[in-house]
Amino acid sequence: MTSMKLSRTKAFQTFAGPAWRENPINMQMLGICSALAVTVQLKTALVMALAMTFVVSFSNLIVSAMRGVIPSNIRIIVELAVIASLVILTDEFLRAYMYEVSKLLSVFVGLIITNCIILGRAEGFALYNPPHLAFIDGLGNGAGYGSVLVFVAFFRELLGSGTILGVSVVPQALYDAGYEDMGIMLLAPSAFIIIGLMAWLQKYLTTKD
Amino acid sequence: MVDLVSLFLNSVFAGNILLAFFLGMCSFVAVSRNLEASIGLGFAVIFVLSITVPLNWLIFHYLLAPGALAWAGLGGFDLSFLKLIVFIAVIAAMVQALEMIIDRFSAALYANLGIFLPLIAVNCAILGGSLFMVERDYSFVESVVYGFGAGVGWMLAIIAMAAARIKLRYADLPRGLEGFGITMIVTGLMAMAFMMFSGITM
Repeated sequence: MTSMKLSRTKAFQTFAGPAWRENPINMQMLGICSALAVTVQLKTALVMALAMTFVVSFSNLIVSAMRGVIPSNIRIIVELAVIASLVILTDEFLRAYMYEVSKLLSVFVGLIITNCIILGRAEGFALYNPPHLAFIDGLGNGAGYGSVLVFVAFFRELLGSGTILGVSVVPQALYDAGYEDMGIMLLAPSAFIIIGLMAWLQKYLTTKD
Repeated sequence: MVDLVSLFLNSVFAGNILLAFFLGMCSFVAVSRNLEASIGLGFAVIFVLSITVPLNWLIFHYLLAPGALAWAGLGGFDLSFLKLIVFIAVIAAMVQALEMIIDRFSAALYANLGIFLPLIAVNCAILGGSLFMVERDYSFVESVVYGFGAGVGWMLAIIAMAAARIKLRYADLPRGLEGFGITMIVTGLMAMAFMMFSGITM
């Protein structure tokens, strides 16, 4: 019975796997589509990460709860309908309560529907596992996805605008000494390069020679 | 006419749907390992985007937009919140229909494109094309040009990447950088090159 430590429980492993070792973006190369466009600022990245976590965990929960009654030949359409409904909820919520952020996120909230992570988890995990594990798996995937987003956004906002969450952190003395914000960090190519370097680091740390 | 040409050039180069808006990355990373598959998928994306963007334009402007149901005497309705679910359904149905039509009429084309069509239903570039069409308020003609241009831009990017990865196979990369890491960095460099076109106006 020594194996009842928290880190050994099935629930914990279900969460930690996708959050780090099987990170959906860096390891499985899924869901990159929407991940990069929202990372110019930390704030949009955080909102996007929360929206994504909400959708993936609840779609996993619902699909898993219905897994006994979904006919297998129309399962993709059923899954898409569940996901799309959750995304519409999220989109309407953001428009109602966080209008500024929803303007910045523009079409990328809608594009959560086609995010391969969600359909992938519904197909690959929720259909074969009980609801509570599926929900935790969704949280883990949301955390793995969100951590990449926040990491990329942190560096882009820090180096590109000298701020974090809109608060200026680069001291004025540094600007006086000739430091300049890197304009390229605000543009698309920097996101590709940062995520490439991050994937390199993570793969280096998790694989052995 | 000049506007349309410049919209086309913009959607292919400076506003490239993959390199500037990051759409369709999943299949881009997975499929660019193979040059022939990239060409096939590229054509399939052009094909599907050129059909679904104008089709979704019609559906949005005659069924979903605020006041769009005026022709049926229901001018007070605003169904635009349904656009996500309707667009994805249209895309999935269209892809399915195309697959059946191609299968029926051209075995050669089916052999080349057929396997890619199901992949496309969940390609973010396709849904993204329709959503950008709504957000940027294109007219019908513009939506046709944009759908086609976005597809051409996507195909250009994936073929360039597949060609670069053939060379990369022989590169001696540091441990951990191979695969996804180097693909992202090369994509970043390519995106910089495509941004050079952004100064061009007609």
